[in-house]
Amino acid sequence: MIEARGLTKRFGDKLAVDQLSFTVEPGRITGFLGPNGAGKTTTMRLILGLDRPTRGSVTVHGKEFSRLAYPMHEIGALLDAKAVHGGRSAYNHLLCLAQANGIPRARVGEVLELVGLTDVAGKRSRGFSLGMGQRLGIAAALLGDPAILMFDEPVNGLDPEGILWIRNLMKALAAEGRTIFVSSHLMSEMENTADHLLVIGRGRLIADCSVAEFIERNSVQSVRVRTPKPELLADLIAAAGGTTVAGAGGVLVAQGLPVDRIGDLAFENAIRLHELAPAQASLEEAFMELTADSVEFQAHTPGSGTASRTDRMHPTGVAS
Amino acid sequence: MTTTQIAPAARQRLLPPEAGRAGFVDALRSEFTKIRSTRSTYWTLLALIVVCIGIGALACAGTASHPQGISAAGFDATQQSLAGLYVGQLVIAALGALTITSEYSTGMIRTSLAVQPRRGVVFAAKGVVFAVVTLITGLVTSFGSFFVGQAILSGAHLSATLGQPNVLRAVIGGALFLTACGMLAYGLGAVLRHTAAAISAAIGLLFVVTVLVQFLPHSWQDSVDKWMPALAGSQVWATKVTGGAHQFPAWGGFAVLAGWAAAAIIVGLVLFRTRDA
Repeated sequence: MIEARGLTKRFGDKLAVDQLSFTVEPGRITGFLGPNGAGKTTTMRLILGLDRPTRGSVTVHGKEFSRLAYPMHEIGALLDAKAVHGGRSAYNHLLCLAQANGIPRARVGEVLELVGLTDVAGKRSRGFSLGMGQRLGIAAALLGDPAILMFDEPVNGLDPEGILWIRNLMKALAAEGRTIFVSSHLMSEMENTADHLLVIGRGRLIADCSVAEFIERNSVQSVRVRTPKPELLADLIAAAGGTTVAGAGGVLVAQGLPVDRIGDLAFENAIRLHELAPAQASLEEAFMELTADSVEFQAHTPGSGTASRTDRMHPTGVAS
Repeated sequence: MTTTQIAPAARQRLLPPEAGRAGFVDALRSEFTKIRSTRSTYWTLLALIVVCIGIGALACAGTASHPQGISAAGFDATQQSLAGLYVGQLVIAALGALTITSEYSTGMIRTSLAVQPRRGVVFAAKGVVFAVVTLITGLVTSFGSFFVGQAILSGAHLSATLGQPNVLRAVIGGALFLTACGMLAYGLGAVLRHTAAAISAAIGLLFVVTVLVQFLPHSWQDSVDKWMPALAGSQVWATKVTGGAHQFPAWGGFAVLAGWAAAAIIVGLVLFRTRDA
């Protein structure tokens, strides 16, 4: 369990983390979601004591990280796969980490096997691909067989095979009863893996809920209908308390009424329907809407005066 | 390569020891693995030995080929054979700085501190391992330089033996001198966290400053130069006081160098413990 209380970190005049309070509960995957620059990495560094909080505190299993007797047995972290000495072999890298916590040498071979790096154990990690580096970082995190695993953007830059591997790994680790705390700037990444979500923007907590709750709370239900008489149906929907936007070819996108009610309205008024389908905004859209005001850098479409919501782009250009 | 099975169902959890905590002895093992598992360590230490013995041999060969006018009484054969230490101090300073700055340049420091967050333990273990490795290599260097040098000087009947006064102290002092220079650079590395900056600072302090004080007026020079780290420290690897009668004696001079190193290490430790990594 990780607990943050009023966690705050200031760099110069910039608040990187602003009074974060949250609990990462054991035995599930908690997704830590936010645009780039939202303070996810800083929060993780604060958990590991790499940075000192300006105010507030964060504990791991009730203790400050630096007071844990054998830190690697409590929490394994992968913050940056490149945080290794490239001149050292994978085996020696893992060995020096294991020794720091009195972990037996045999465990090094085990974790190498686990992540599939046994064949390159004697090779210097300088020559590793991004995916191999990520596996080495995960091997290091697993050395102490920890109850908590913390990954910062683990799939960033990986190929589809690597992404799938990490996803399955996280699920398997969670199935063993471990606590997983994983950050991402992509909602789609969390949609399939996380049980619980912590969403931050500009260092502040914006949501702390289950994935289902997040979808329910943040995605707007809309209904797409196609009819030869769109004007008539639009009036009926408006009278019943909904709103519509008309599209080409007799398409209406209605909001504010459930799909059954719209079907009934059409039937009662003898309007022929050629299409009737509920449409849900994707989680990515919901996430972007939620964090739209907290994105640090906003790109504006060239030429347009003020950017409307649809003009706002994620700083990394994430497509929804 | 796709591994989704993390552990066989029946596998025993890897449990931490019931008592105690990850401590200094664990950190020593870890740091020893680090220092022995990079090639740069071997190359630097090999360079140290070769350069020191080589320069010492050249210096002795020069003296042996032109022995005219050198009185055996005034000549310090031991110091002559250890002349390579003037360059050796810079080689070991580079390794001392790299011991800690390479963790910053590679990012390894974040991994190191995420497995042992008690920073004083990491800093001390790293320093001790480096000091011991340097002392052992320094002894090889120093005795090697001495025996090679004396073999060359014996042709001119100018050689010294370990049994003569102060000779054994000077040869061992050579290794201590290298260790102290390395530790000074280690401390500077922790302060500056940048390889080039730390090596430059160490060379500046050990070498450039020693040269610069030669340009001071004589009246100032006598009260300043004896406090300079390299000049003060070099008294310990000579059998007679060198650089003028105002200089500190052997152990006094070494204490000055050790003081410089201690100051750098203490500032380095304080910053290492308090700064964000």
